Amino acid sequence: MTRMDFLLIAPELWVVTMTCVILFVDLFLKEERRAIVYLLAMVTLVFAAIITLRFDYGGDPTASAFAFNGSFVRDQMGDMLKLFSYFVLAMVFIYAKFFLRQSRMFRADFYTLSLEALLGIMLLISANNLVMVYLGLELLALASYTLVAYDRDSAKGSEAAMKYFVLGSMASGILLYGMSMIYGATGTLDLVAISEAVRVSGSDDIMLVFGLVFLVVGLAFKFGAVPFHMWVPDVYEGAPVSTTLFISSVPKMAAFAMAFRLLQTGLGDLQSDWMQMLSLLAVLSIVFGNLAAIAQTNIKRMLAYSTIGHMGFVLMGLLPGTAESYGAGMFYVIVYALMSAAAFGMVIMLSARGVEAENLDDFKGLNRRNSWYAAIMAMVMFSMAGVPVFVGFFAKWLVIQAALNAGLVWLAIIAVVFSVIGAFYYIRVVKLMYFDEPITEAPIDAPVDFRAAISLNGVIMLGLGIFSGSLIQICMSSFGA
Amino acid sequence: MTSNWPILSTLIWLPIFGAVVVLAAGEHRAALSRVLALIVAGLTFLLSISLFTGFDTSTAAMQFSELKPWIETFHINYALGVDGFSVPLILLTTFFGVLVVIAGWEVITDKVHQYMACFLLMEGLMVGVFAALDAMLFYAFFEAMLIPMFLVIGIWGGPNKVYATIKFFLYTFLGSVFMLISLIYLYLQSGTWSILEWHQFPLALNVQKWLFLGFLAAFSVKIPMWPVHTWLPDAHVEAPTGGSVILAAIMLKIGGYGFIRFSLPVTPDAAAALDWLIIALSLIAVVYIGFVALVQEDMKKLIAYSSISHMGFVTLGMFIAFGVFQNTDSGRGAALGVEGAMVQMISHGFISGALFLCVGVLYDRVHSRMIKDYGGVAHKMPWFAALAVLFFMANSGLPGTSGFVGEFMVILAAFQANFWYAFLAALTLILGAAYSLWLVKRVIFGKVANNDVAMLEDINAREALVLGVLAVAVLLVGLWPAPLVDLMHASVDSLLQHIQQPKTVLLGGQ
Repeated sequence: MTRMDFLLIAPELWVVTMTCVILFVDLFLKEERRAIVYLLAMVTLVFAAIITLRFDYGGDPTASAFAFNGSFVRDQMGDMLKLFSYFVLAMVFIYAKFFLRQSRMFRADFYTLSLEALLGIMLLISANNLVMVYLGLELLALASYTLVAYDRDSAKGSEAAMKYFVLGSMASGILLYGMSMIYGATGTLDLVAISEAVRVSGSDDIMLVFGLVFLVVGLAFKFGAVPFHMWVPDVYEGAPVSTTLFISSVPKMAAFAMAFRLLQTGLGDLQSDWMQMLSLLAVLSIVFGNLAAIAQTNIKRMLAYSTIGHMGFVLMGLLPGTAESYGAGMFYVIVYALMSAAAFGMVIMLSARGVEAENLDDFKGLNRRNSWYAAIMAMVMFSMAGVPVFVGFFAKWLVIQAALNAGLVWLAIIAVVFSVIGAFYYIRVVKLMYFDEPITEAPIDAPVDFRAAISLNGVIMLGLGIFSGSLIQICMSSFGA
Repeated sequence: MTSNWPILSTLIWLPIFGAVVVLAAGEHRAALSRVLALIVAGLTFLLSISLFTGFDTSTAAMQFSELKPWIETFHINYALGVDGFSVPLILLTTFFGVLVVIAGWEVITDKVHQYMACFLLMEGLMVGVFAALDAMLFYAFFEAMLIPMFLVIGIWGGPNKVYATIKFFLYTFLGSVFMLISLIYLYLQSGTWSILEWHQFPLALNVQKWLFLGFLAAFSVKIPMWPVHTWLPDAHVEAPTGGSVILAAIMLKIGGYGFIRFSLPVTPDAAAALDWLIIALSLIAVVYIGFVALVQEDMKKLIAYSSISHMGFVTLGMFIAFGVFQNTDSGRGAALGVEGAMVQMISHGFISGALFLCVGVLYDRVHSRMIKDYGGVAHKMPWFAALAVLFFMANSGLPGTSGFVGEFMVILAAFQANFWYAFLAALTLILGAAYSLWLVKRVIFGKVANNDVAMLEDINAREALVLGVLAVAVLLVGLWPAPLVDLMHASVDSLLQHIQQPKTVLLGGQ
């Protein structure tokens, strides 16, 4: 272990230190001064961003630096995803504070658990070794299970957590089983070494392909891709909305990075095999996610099925296996995290006095109650539907372009047709807000940081759309496209 | 004003930022938002006149061009420019931008600021569609335009507004995503998003056919052509007057403009090979939809069907060119067809806009659009009746009005392609007269039908101004179409020359 190793992993070390500090500080805090925890958590994120940004690659966006004998990797893709994880998590913290305060659940645990999950996410993003992947994944998963059960008096929450735990453990097991087969076939855990071993021994090793199948199943579960999506709607619905907000946004970026590292860095030579598997998962997710979302009346369930559809698009970005397509997938997953945070932020905003705004009807007449928040939600919905010039459109465009460039015309056509079908349930939310009369005239009230964050989050939908050039450039250059 | 002032950007962004300012005025200052909207729309219109005065009619090249990189990784530019096809349509857009603000002045009382902002936003986006020379920019404007229209129909529309507006949105959205696939494919092949470079880009015939169908999906829904027209009557009937006016006067023209900007020049060989399809659909629209219009009981629905029928002329005029080339040596006949289509678009903009405003005038007073609820309106509203009769006459193609010029040019051109095309197209003169005049007979003339009609008051100064200006426009284009035709002459000639050169030849071996 050298000094360089610690320099590379400095952001992770900072986050883990601060998590312990917050845990400790909280012991001495009285109920009314709990806000200090929130402030410390925000400080953690800000400094994590600064530390991450301080690392210099010498101007080459595709360069990577390895630590701890190659088990940990820093590159531009990872750093960008980490930076966006901090940013989205900061949004999550702001939105969640309002909800937790109102429902009398404002405890330090939410912040420490989220930071632990963040640590898992960061390790997962940087993992370059099967054991490291598994470690990051489990850290993230265990923190997430606990967060789902955060409202301990809620039967629904406990049920969701149990379901998530059982299915999640099974998926982890399957993933681990796949990893063990890959280890058996190649004799190494290091992803770069695996890739070399595959190149030497050829890709028609039956054990290797079997390992890949299990690996893809585990990944699909983490993405929530059909047919491994069963947990998504139940967990989204059962968890307190502050947790749903978290698990629907930040971990998706880690899932993308994990898929990229395992499939491209490790098993890039098996691309023709995993491409077929991912195609099936992508198509099923896009089709089923968008169709099932139409039938929902509960906004959390609707957004859950919408997530499934969006993850289909991310998988579609992964499967052609070209630099351009990875760039598109990365852009998509970042944009999706921002959109999802904003959507659940709005759900929190409408949750009056700790009662969650569960039903779509809670959005009725929002334009009459407060036209600015209605405009924000409308921007998020149009962005999710993929209408230009909102950023969601550019994400869809890049993914479709990558698929067409790889000759997958049929996939592109399915994707666009179902994004039109998906547009229906998004514009239905707009319809509720703008065309219907409100069921309550209660004024919408939120603290000033909440209002600032949600406004920023909404404006990003438009701003990042009109000025999408630089983020697209960064995502593309990370993969050398 | 200096010559390098970015006039097109001004025309796009002035209304859009104007919309933001109007929104900021807030719900409780309705009067202020009206005045602000009028100032912005008026200023935009005045500025757009400089496009007309500064336009060089001797060249088909793009003018007032602007170019800035937008998404450099994929060679997307913020490229603007106008030629003889886009200038008249931009002027039409800014002209109606003012009229709809005035038309909605007292009528809209609920959320005035949002109403005005939506229309300003739409105005800017529609100018953007006509000015964009980069396909991605075009698509962005083309799609973004749906949002304000979706809101306008949904918020201020009639009883069945939700059904109508969602149908409108999804229908047009579905059409345009297929165009998106065509656009992306063209980019991947050519490495550029520039529409003008695509015009020169060689493509094999079967590829062209697929691209053509992708474009057709978007533009045939927009214009709309039979059988994908069904969203239009619903949207028109439920939309508030201003929404119907913009929908009929400008949005439908975007479909026609798309054919001229994309389908014909980018995929000329496919257009030549598939012209029978467009001609057949156009003639069905002209004849069959003409009959459908005849039996409508709702005035707005009747005008909506009449719009579809008239748009059939536009597509017919554009696509008979290939037939004319086969039969004659000179391209004059083909030019007549395309120019006729363009004149028909402008003229239909004025006439359909005016007709919807006329229905709006009646609806504001009686709150019914049903023909049976009216009768003898002329007795109570003589001024209104005079103007309305003029517009309905123009709609049926009366010589001396703008409605005649475009239809006549297209029919003349159709004769050079095929006698039966011309014969079927000419049926519209009978059908158009039948449904227009029968409506006039039932609504305007006759005995005063009921108490509501007996209580009617004639149009006020505001309504008289709007309808009067449109009447002047209809007569001006009808009596003296030369300036309008001259404007597009060079562009039409260049387009026709271009589509006569097979693109497949450039591919060599194929």
